[in-house]
This record gives sequence, C-alpha cells and structure tokens, in this order.
Amino acid sequence: MSLVLNRIDDRLIHGQVVVGWGQPLGVDFILLVDDEVATSEWEQELYRMGVPPDMEVHFLSVGDALARLPEYQADARQGILLTGDIDTMRRLVNGGGIQSVNLGGIHHRAGRTQRLRYVFLNNDEENALRELATRGVAVSAQDVPGARPIPLDDLLAGVAS
Amino acid sequence: MSSTETPAGGSTSRPRAIVAGHGDFANGLVSAVDVITGRGAQLVPIAVPGLCAEDIEQLIRDRMKESGVKVIFTDLQAGSCTMAARRILRGLDDAVLIAGANLPTLLDFVFAENMSAIDAARHAADRGRAAITVVGTAGGVKQA
Repeated sequence: MSLVLNRIDDRLIHGQVVVGWGQPLGVDFILLVDDEVATSEWEQELYRMGVPPDMEVHFLSVGDALARLPEYQADARQGILLTGDIDTMRRLVNGGGIQSVNLGGIHHRAGRTQRLRYVFLNNDEENALRELATRGVAVSAQDVPGARPIPLDDLLAGVAS
Repeated sequence: MSSTETPAGGSTSRPRAIVAGHGDFANGLVSAVDVITGRGAQLVPIAVPGLCAEDIEQLIRDRMKESGVKVIFTDLQAGSCTMAARRILRGLDDAVLIAGANLPTLLDFVFAENMSAIDAARHAADRGRAAITVVGTAGGVKQA
C-alpha cells in the first residue's frame, strides 16, 4: 500500500511530517485532506512552500478524497495521508481501505483533557477514536518515528508514559 | 537608564526581533547570542510545545504586539512557527520573516544596530547563509 501513514495532526504540514516522517519513510507525496484548505489557493501555497521540491502535496476535500483514495492507495510511490482533525479521518475510514490511524498531534483546546504531551481529547473525540478501533482500525499515538507507538487503549486508560 | 537607551559602547536592550522554533531552539540560540555578545535582550524567544497552529499564531501575534517588533526568525521552512509567521505577515508590508535562521544570522542581526530591523534581518540572512562551512573534505575548507 502506498499510503504508509494515515496521520491526524492539527498542524497539518510541519517539521515532524515533512522531515521527521517524510525523510525516513522516503515519502514522495502528501495527501492533505481538509475541506477548508481544499478551497483556499493561499493556504495551499503556504503548505507547498513548506515541503522540499521533490515532495508533492495534493489537496483534496473529503468528498474528493473518498472518491480517489483507491487511486492513491494503488500509487507505486510512498505517501502520507494527512488530516487536521479526528472527524475528517473518521469520514475517510468510513469510506473503507484505511487499516491504521496515527495520532500525531491533537493539541490543547478548551474542553480537551491532556493524554500525552501532544494529544489532548474531549469526550466526543475519545468516542470517535473508540469507534474507529471497534471497526478494526489500529489507532495509536506516535509523534515521531523514533517514539514508542502508544495504543489507543493505553492512551485512554491513562497508562501511557 | 530606560530599557530603550543604548549604553555607551554597548547596545540597545530594546527587543528588535522574535525567535521561534522547535523544542528549545529559540531559548538556546538567544542564550548563545547573549553569552557571546551580551545582546540577547534584542531577541524575544518563543517556544510552542503542546500548542495547536492557531495558538502558535496567536502567541507570536501577542509577542509582536507587546514588543513592537516586526522581524521574526524561525528554524525550519516547514515548521509550525514558520507557517504561523507566514500567516501573520500576510498583508503586512512592514514586517519580515527569516526562515532557517542560525546562530551566525542572529549574531549579525544584533550587531547591525545602525540599520532598521528589517534591513538588519535581510543582511543577517545573507550572513547566516554564507556562514555554513564544510571542513574535512578533500580540497580543504568550502563555503556552503
């Protein structure tokens, strides 16, 4: 499968994604799925400027991504699927074909409880992640490749270090 | 002496730029500048652990407003602080972002007090770029 990482990260394209994961995984493209960014040329240009010239960035709405995910999953190159929030990833998972989800950065916001240094969740978000796990998706938190992946159960049970 | 005065033979302690980046990048570089020159007070370090993109942007905006500075140095082209700074600079024609800053960049900046902060930042970027040196390869010292 060419989508080697399905990541939720509210910073979207940033150092951990481009350098931390992108270099060791040999990533050729990032598939950024976000309804707002997909309609903003300025936002797209902002994110394009953050990646090296040999790395492509494709911007899709959720609707377009659902239609084109099989095409990207069949791509011979390596790619990262990136969403800025849990609900967007949940909608993509519902479309099928996504077996694992990486929680890379869900930062502090009112109403959220800290689970890790880089993961804060409210009740609805926790329930959405549990729903993904119930459907057989492997959900774990891991900000960078060298860190230990923390399974969702450990994360929500508060036993993660 | 007020914080904006320049001591005899010394430098201003007035903030002239923000430094922002991953981990302890900003505090580390500003500390190094201060150890080397005593001019670290010209730089306002910002660390952003645990913050979402919107909060990073707001934090930098707040620091710019508090300090009155129009120059931002960041560490990485793809970094969250750089992204936030680009958003802040959108529509501003009197501010500048230098992404990929290093210690020689900041050292040049704090000594360029005879220039406007904007001009000093541009000059410092050139100096920082030229200061990367490769040593130990055949052929001797090479400028990157």
